[in-house]
Amino acid sequence: MELNNYQQEAFNYQRKTIEKYGKRAWGWTIFYLLCIIAGAYALYLQIAKGHGVTGMRDNVVWGLFIVNFIFFIGLSYAGAIIAGILHLSKVSWGKPIVRLAQFMTIISVVVGPVFILLCVGRFDRLHHLFVYPRIQSPMTWDVMAVVTFFAGSVLFLYMALIKDFAVYRDAKLDIPKWKQKLYKALSLGYRGAASQKRHLIISQNLLAIIMIPLSIIVASILSWIFGMTLRPGWHSTIFGPYFVIGALYSGCGVLIVAMWFYRKMYKLNNYFTDKHFTYLGYIMLVLAAGYGYFTFSEYFTSWFGSEKWDGELIHKLFSPSEYGWWTLFANLAGIFIPILIVAIPATRKPNWITLVAFIMVIAMWVKRYLIIVPTLETTLLPMQDTRTEYVKYAATWPEWVLTIAGIATFLLFFTVMSKFVTVVPITGLEDTNNKHQESVHPVIKKEEVQPA
Amino acid sequence: MKQEEVNDKSRRDFLKTATIATVATAACGSLACSCSSKKAGINEKVKLLSPDGEIVEIDSAYLNHQEHMAIVSKLEAREGIAGKKFVMVVDLALCKNARKCITACQKWHYRPEETEWLTVKLLKDSDKGAPYWFPKQCFHCDNPPCVKVCPVDATYKRQDGIVLIDNDRCIGCKFCMAACPYSTRVFNWDEPDLSFDIKNLVYNPETGIPAKVGTVEKCDFCPDRAKEGLLPPCVEACPNGVFYFGDENEDTVTNGSETVSFTQLIKDRAGYRYMEELGTKPRVYYLPPKDRQFPVERGYESLSDDLKERFKEYKDIFEKKN
Repeated sequence: MELNNYQQEAFNYQRKTIEKYGKRAWGWTIFYLLCIIAGAYALYLQIAKGHGVTGMRDNVVWGLFIVNFIFFIGLSYAGAIIAGILHLSKVSWGKPIVRLAQFMTIISVVVGPVFILLCVGRFDRLHHLFVYPRIQSPMTWDVMAVVTFFAGSVLFLYMALIKDFAVYRDAKLDIPKWKQKLYKALSLGYRGAASQKRHLIISQNLLAIIMIPLSIIVASILSWIFGMTLRPGWHSTIFGPYFVIGALYSGCGVLIVAMWFYRKMYKLNNYFTDKHFTYLGYIMLVLAAGYGYFTFSEYFTSWFGSEKWDGELIHKLFSPSEYGWWTLFANLAGIFIPILIVAIPATRKPNWITLVAFIMVIAMWVKRYLIIVPTLETTLLPMQDTRTEYVKYAATWPEWVLTIAGIATFLLFFTVMSKFVTVVPITGLEDTNNKHQESVHPVIKKEEVQPA
Repeated sequence: MKQEEVNDKSRRDFLKTATIATVATAACGSLACSCSSKKAGINEKVKLLSPDGEIVEIDSAYLNHQEHMAIVSKLEAREGIAGKKFVMVVDLALCKNARKCITACQKWHYRPEETEWLTVKLLKDSDKGAPYWFPKQCFHCDNPPCVKVCPVDATYKRQDGIVLIDNDRCIGCKFCMAACPYSTRVFNWDEPDLSFDIKNLVYNPETGIPAKVGTVEKCDFCPDRAKEGLLPPCVEACPNGVFYFGDENEDTVTNGSETVSFTQLIKDRAGYRYMEELGTKPRVYYLPPKDRQFPVERGYESLSDDLKERFKEYKDIFEKKN
């Protein structure tokens, strides 16, 4: 594989990150694995003793698990849309972050669906989804959507990686034989021949074109699991676009946070520049405004129309004795603060933007909780139940442990994948013309610190 | 070698014990089955083992015949009874929350006390409106939101109007529970506490027995009884004849003591369906609580403290009168 100077530079700079699984990486890996083992124990309890160990009951039939499902799968859709747009548009600054977006896509589409499986009472019957599919059910649509999306995102990431695998294969890296062989197999004999180049770029462009609408469709289908029911707060025509923009928004936040961590850990300042944070910050601002608009429309129409159950739900969401403080946090930290921080030039700095993005991601998780649980607690007929756990949902420790295990899996995948392929794509940088290259990627000086 | 012999012997002993145990279990099981499937005629003497170990002979009329009807095939349980359209009418003017319907239903379906397929709510339609007791079972909607969302066709609508669940197919995703606007469905969160012989009955969607962990269940209009021309236990058990059950095609409903024309009843008493605006088209009709037979307090006073707790927001209404 022939690389231009700039690409060669980028590769040399990152070569150590894929050659060595450092002490710090091992430390984190073990920590994540311990979290996952704890999760496995909670899962064992849930299977052995039944769903009674969770806080879910007849009224609030879904809890943390579905919240996590929406959250992670949303990240996945966002990653695919961002990566697809960055791939198609010829903006050179976007190229270094495409891979991070694709990492996010593939990792969350693995982690997310696990959480919906955790809601299923009978693991032993999961094959029924394929043996007896019922096409009217939004759940069936979602199964089809997620499976299609999974296949698409795997291909999309892989296509983008083939050229890089060829680089790793030819670079005589200081790595074990099996890894060498794996790179060789995965590069599919790519040599950079004209016909190979042409086929690959056409396939990639096609996939990017497919992935963007596909992400929008599957995010909408996810929302319709809720939107198609007759429950207050869910039965809303704007749920599709609401979920799409919510997914994009939280995905943008996670991307900023991931960029910040990798920049710090691998000292990628020359690739994840301040400009990247500013630009993604702008995107975050626009999405925050859009999301805020949708949220406002939802709350305002529910409140103004004041139908009985909508009114009850709004009261629950805004009364301080119920979910009021959470609603305040979700909308303040999730919408207003990111807009403010990015809008003010003094705080439009990588650290500030990352901090608000991080808090915003948490706020968006809380927002998903506020979409799911209060609605399920608002039954159309009065509950008149004396069993407190049936009236109000409270997540139990197995649910929290499994949630933590899910986050650990997410981070573990990020750690492992960034040790297998470079975080900044090598060959992906080839599209940048020299003029832009100089402004966005200043040439690295030789004596600069090499990553650990 | 010796060790092996000992092992061998102990294994043989174990096998022997296990065989005896298995045979005994099987015998008990079949006995239980034959007992429950054999229908004793009226005025027939039946021999029973008393708790003291004595054999007593009593008239079978004194026995509570708890038996489930012949098992139909899964396909038959999906199709339903041809030519029927089951319908229920609930007379709200007659209900005094005696809770006999609930007890009977739970006994018939072997459900524990807290799992109520049929519940009696206390409703009050407006601030100035008078509270009334409102028995609520599955509405067996003609446009069922639960059936629409089931991803595996485990819950389905039959030609006789009944909505059933096949608990051999249900994956327990609980989507139907989220979709049902009336919160009718219940989930088996833990392993159901059932006796040995019930647990070993052959499952059928028409009987819903035995309940299975991790699956959804609900009121089923007792199609197994309907096939035999019997009324559901809730209808039979009600001391006031609140429930009328029947066939819309025949235009007849009965509460056990009187049989009336369904359309006439709805016409005369201004029958309505609960939350018609949701478009679910329920098969359960309600007669408004006009000219009530009992003051609403009657249903509250006789309740245990546990149950009184359910209606605590109405406490002042009831306590004032006392």
